[in-house]
Amino acid sequence: MSVIYILITVSLIVAVIFFVAFVMAVRGGQYDDSYTPGVRMLFEDELIPDERDTKQSDPSNNNQ
Amino acid sequence: MQFESLIFVSVIEQTMDHSCYHCGVECGNDRVIFEDKEFCCNGCKTVYEILSGNGLSGYYDLERNPGISPDIRADKFNFLDNPDLQQKLLDFDDGQLSIVNLYIPQMHCSSCIWVLENLHKLDHRVRSAQVNFPKKTARITFQNELGLKALVILLSTIGYEPHISLDDREENKGKADRSLIYKLGVAGFAFGNVMLLSFPEYFEIDEFWLNQYKPFFRAIMFCMSLPVVFYAASSYFTSAWKGLRAGILNIDVPIALGIAVLFLRSSWEIFTHTGQGFFDSLTGLVFFLLLGRYFQQRTYDYLSFERDYKSYFPIGVTRIGAGAKEEPVDIYKVKEGDRLLIRNEELIPADAILIRGEARVDYSFVTGESDPVKKVSGEQLFAGGKQMGAAIEVEVVKDVSQSYLTQLWSNEVFQTDKKTRFRDLTNTISKYFTIVILLIALVSGITWYVIDASKAIPVISAILIVACPCALALSAPFTLGNMLRIFGRKQFYLKDAQVIERMAAVGTVVFDKTGTITAGNSNEISYEGEALDPKEESLLRSTLRNSNHPLSRQLYEMLEPFDVLPLDRFNEYTGKGVEGVYGDTSVKAGSPDFVGSKPATTTAKTAVHIRVNKMYKGAYTFYNKYRSGMAQLFRKLKKHYDLALLSGDNDSERVNLEKLLPSGTQMFFNQKPNDKLEYISFHQKEGAKIMMVGDGLNDAGALQQSDVGVAIAENVNVFSPACDAILDAAKLEHLHSYLGAARSAVTIIKVSFILSFLYNIVGLYFAVTGALSPVVAAILMPVSSLSVVAFTTLATSWVGKKLK
Repeated sequence: MSVIYILITVSLIVAVIFFVAFVMAVRGGQYDDSYTPGVRMLFEDELIPDERDTKQSDPSNNNQ
Repeated sequence: MQFESLIFVSVIEQTMDHSCYHCGVECGNDRVIFEDKEFCCNGCKTVYEILSGNGLSGYYDLERNPGISPDIRADKFNFLDNPDLQQKLLDFDDGQLSIVNLYIPQMHCSSCIWVLENLHKLDHRVRSAQVNFPKKTARITFQNELGLKALVILLSTIGYEPHISLDDREENKGKADRSLIYKLGVAGFAFGNVMLLSFPEYFEIDEFWLNQYKPFFRAIMFCMSLPVVFYAASSYFTSAWKGLRAGILNIDVPIALGIAVLFLRSSWEIFTHTGQGFFDSLTGLVFFLLLGRYFQQRTYDYLSFERDYKSYFPIGVTRIGAGAKEEPVDIYKVKEGDRLLIRNEELIPADAILIRGEARVDYSFVTGESDPVKKVSGEQLFAGGKQMGAAIEVEVVKDVSQSYLTQLWSNEVFQTDKKTRFRDLTNTISKYFTIVILLIALVSGITWYVIDASKAIPVISAILIVACPCALALSAPFTLGNMLRIFGRKQFYLKDAQVIERMAAVGTVVFDKTGTITAGNSNEISYEGEALDPKEESLLRSTLRNSNHPLSRQLYEMLEPFDVLPLDRFNEYTGKGVEGVYGDTSVKAGSPDFVGSKPATTTAKTAVHIRVNKMYKGAYTFYNKYRSGMAQLFRKLKKHYDLALLSGDNDSERVNLEKLLPSGTQMFFNQKPNDKLEYISFHQKEGAKIMMVGDGLNDAGALQQSDVGVAIAENVNVFSPACDAILDAAKLEHLHSYLGAARSAVTIIKVSFILSFLYNIVGLYFAVTGALSPVVAAILMPVSSLSVVAFTTLATSWVGKKLK
């Protein structure tokens, strides 16, 4: 048996693995909403609930 | 000089900037100051307090003034106490935890996503929330001890009131259709791999190494093409079959024929070891076709074009049961003879008779009339009106689905699909295309049969393969899909790509008046009569200040601000007018009878008459305010289109409209929803292609009946009736350029049809002479498809650039 059969079989298996990963991603709903996840990852979630953010400046008063 | 004035303007803007820290609305005189920040109302301040008190002030860091002023009426959601209704809304409930998917139309920026997904910080009983921004929904998991009603009220207090309507109780909460993405994946996967495997044979034909592995490569290619033909391309076969059964040669017929012949000939070649087949062309073809379909299909998830009255109607109402007990009840369980309690701003769900209280019913989205109608007990109320004012009690006389308004939807026009009524360009051409190709195949088949009988079958199959109208089939989807996106950027949202072709065919444009060419509820007010001196005007304004009547409020806003006078006496006579006394001056404002003087001419216009002391002074007349740029729009439209106006209002505005509209425009007043529908359908029978521009439920029938129904919306996220397109009200003045762009799009499609015919002729030359080798097919097909796609994309972008 020639090595080419093994190589092609291996490459096909790899391709099929990717294909299955794609199908699972679609099934998991990853293609349903292509906008929100991109925004979500930009949020910072290190807020401390008890501390009031008093340093915040009022956008209407910052004309120096 | 110009530069200086620019600076001046910006200084003014900064010093005048008293916009609400929460919602960004200009704060009036009654602004609320809290923690050095200005708020336009207490509602906004409360939301700020809740958010900052729970460590969510990051809401204000992500976007400037992101908030929505809350509108809280606690009893509005009483129907959620009904366990049956709760179960219908919940997606999941295991007794401990529940999941609900709520539609929140107010969501508009990243701050909204952030605060909604941090809902658990406001109430620990909320487990998690996940936002789908394009659909404007939030999927919220919460503990049952919180309860659905409390959750909805929590959302409302921070300004995100979910929209719960009769639509939500329907059971069709089916999963999104993902089959196209799967098919695209399958075709793309096979295309890439088959291409790699077929490549070696293009270069080396009779080499020892290749000859040894050829059968293996070919077997794999064959196996990979199976799912492409039988799964990914299946929709083309079914569509072609449906078309043939209906006696129509649609574009899918030659495509299905091409795919079938490609597959059969390729399989025959490899099983008889006579060639490598056309598997790469086959899979590539299906992949490109599906890509075009995907490109065309992606529309606006969050806009719904299919709304009927169910989206407006509440899911539950308050019934007054035995012993005056108030109970929330499912709207479909409301029967004739039931007593209902309708609170302020609640909708009357069925035709009913007023039993108790004073009704001021706003029928604006049924009839288009903007002024509330007053009713006393014993009078009949029609479904679809909104009560403005104190709660009333009504007795239902007709079931919900039998009522005056809802009956409109039983008209058969709502059962037919507009898409099937229209033959689009691609399918019109494909009829002739298919016949011509079959003729060419037949003639050259016979010719070759005479010359060399063994070549007849290969030539016929080659013709059918090459003629497979891939480029032709891609022209329309890519042109229209791109145009759809360009329109979307201009706040003109189309239901699907076919609407563009229908727009290009339109010959008549019909407008609704109220809310369409007039702006919402605002009026222009003009005074006629003896001028009031400043003292009198000041007294009038101070008097109006005490009244809550909508006309008083509008007039009060319009008058020049003076110091408020402390009135000695103030009286409001319901339905008549107001009276104020200061010192020795008294002022009366209201109806002619009340003021005590008959005006010279009685017009149907809304007017407030004024009397100072014993002298009749004059009247403030309220005119509809037209949107800016309407006169220009009509003038430009008139060049290409017939125009008509259908109004649900009386004809008091006729004189103004005649000035606004070009001469020859037909005008009809007092049109009921069904009259509008009949008007459109009558002219369609005469062969007119009609675009209806309207808003509100009273236009729903006309929008559905017309060839293109355009709904005008002040805010596209707010509800509009079933239609083909939603246009932002501010963009209405550019409607003519959108119609022009639609015509350009159709021209682009026609040009790219010619382009793809040229490719077909080149291909046919190879096929007819019997010289079509797989490598030629493999080059010709992608080149023709890609060049057509490139041409249409560039051309539509060029058209889009000129749009405002």
